[in-house]
Amino acid sequence: MRIKKNIAVSDTGFIFNPSSGDSYSVNPIGMDIVRHLKQNKEIVEIKHAIMSDYVCDDATFEKDYYDFTMMLRNYKLLEDE
Amino acid sequence: MVKKIYERPIIRPLNSGMMNKFGTRTEYLPVTHIDGVSVKSLIAQYGSPLFVFSERQMRENLRNAKRTFENRYPKVQFAWSYKTNYLNAICNVFHQEGSWAEVVSRFEYDKALHNGVPGDKILFNGPDKTDDDLRIAIKNNSPIHIDHLDELYRLTEIASEMNAKPRVAIRVNMDTGIYPMWDRFGFNYETGQAWDAINKILASGKLELVGLHTHIGTYMLTPSAYGVAAAKMADLALGIKNKFDTKIQYIDMGGGFASENTLKGSYLKGSDIVPSISDYAEVICTALLNAGFKNNDLPALFLETGRALIDNAGFLLGSVIANKRLSDGRKATILDFGVNILFTSFWYDHKISPAQEFGMHTEDTVLYGPLCMNIDVIRENITLPPLNAGDHVVVHHAGAYTVTQSMQFITLRPAIVMIDPKGETHVIKNNETLKDLEHNEKMPAYLQKFKLT
Repeated sequence: MRIKKNIAVSDTGFIFNPSSGDSYSVNPIGMDIVRHLKQNKEIVEIKHAIMSDYVCDDATFEKDYYDFTMMLRNYKLLEDE
Repeated sequence: MVKKIYERPIIRPLNSGMMNKFGTRTEYLPVTHIDGVSVKSLIAQYGSPLFVFSERQMRENLRNAKRTFENRYPKVQFAWSYKTNYLNAICNVFHQEGSWAEVVSRFEYDKALHNGVPGDKILFNGPDKTDDDLRIAIKNNSPIHIDHLDELYRLTEIASEMNAKPRVAIRVNMDTGIYPMWDRFGFNYETGQAWDAINKILASGKLELVGLHTHIGTYMLTPSAYGVAAAKMADLALGIKNKFDTKIQYIDMGGGFASENTLKGSYLKGSDIVPSISDYAEVICTALLNAGFKNNDLPALFLETGRALIDNAGFLLGSVIANKRLSDGRKATILDFGVNILFTSFWYDHKISPAQEFGMHTEDTVLYGPLCMNIDVIRENITLPPLNAGDHVVVHHAGAYTVTQSMQFITLRPAIVMIDPKGETHVIKNNETLKDLEHNEKMPAYLQKFKLT
């Protein structure tokens, strides 16, 4: 799962899709996940990184990650696989 | 390294030009405490969901309303509207503050008596009073507010049988310039029905006409309608004095003052548009004082305000069961209370606050209850920070008509707690048990056993 190469991501949680002109805001944890995805990290690595930064359990992260990436796909921010 | 507080990751499309002038956030601050008692500790002690009432707020509301009316009018009497909330502890807070009781059924009448309200201080409203109800009310010298001619005739007969002269008022409906006009309660002013009833009562000599009552509507956002109503009531009272030389002892303006809840479909929040008690007081008192009563004939002003005195004193605490994504991309949060105990969510967009700290990001969410029913929607759309399973929420303005209209449906109703002015909590109703519910059920003998294969 990868974020499209042309998607611009700011440090403050602002995401811009130049192909469609749409922009989005993400909260800090969403920003962290987007950054990890930009670096082509796998879910296991992302989970490890998030869980070392935040007070969170495995199951909560997994279901929230699934929902979040579904929204990224819905907004056409992910590469087609 | 200290780990950061986890918040569900969210992404939200930015739409330029779509914000209204009030911005997009619904809540800016968490509500962690009610009257100094933490929401978390209340739920830990009494469970979730949980109704919580602030005694301090109730007393403050009534004292403020009394002061506001008494500053403008010499004789004011509040009567607590039992149907708004008839938990005995709630009623007694208002009775301790001097309120009489206003009831609309025998059930409520008996509750008021049981609470210790003297019979002559129970105003008996409502369209459904049986012969037995009327007899009891006559015995207790309660003012009976007559709703229709059938009741008037029955009451006259019963009074003759009992050789008593009951104290009565007639309920009057009228055009006050609002839509819809409430014309289902009592006798109409404009068509002469009210005068017809008055003539019958005073000509018979079998009933003592002591008052006039009206209930022009509910959640009234137009105070001027009360001014029109008060003027018409005063006109009737003055007419009665002129025609029959009978002094009307009280004019009862009923209830209907709005609370700060937001009606569904309203563009502005309730708190921005709801008139204050003084707005209502000003028009009512002015109309009565200017009507032309001689000093000794000025009737007492009775008020049966319920909603405006208790709605903001009641809170419903609840917890998040789960989050899910709907097929159209909207976020949905399932709470542990539904329309069964928050019946008012059918017509209000209740203000709902998270009960724990949250970040600056929010998302549009649908709030569902836990009932397995499609209609179980607490808010069709609300902008809230991301809530996690187990988080708590506080529903505001849940004091009026929630407890009395709650339904026992597929689950047990929660406990109800009151916080006294010192910050002590008191259970005023235990949560329901299966035993409570099955107490009155009967099982025919032939149905007691079965065998499943």
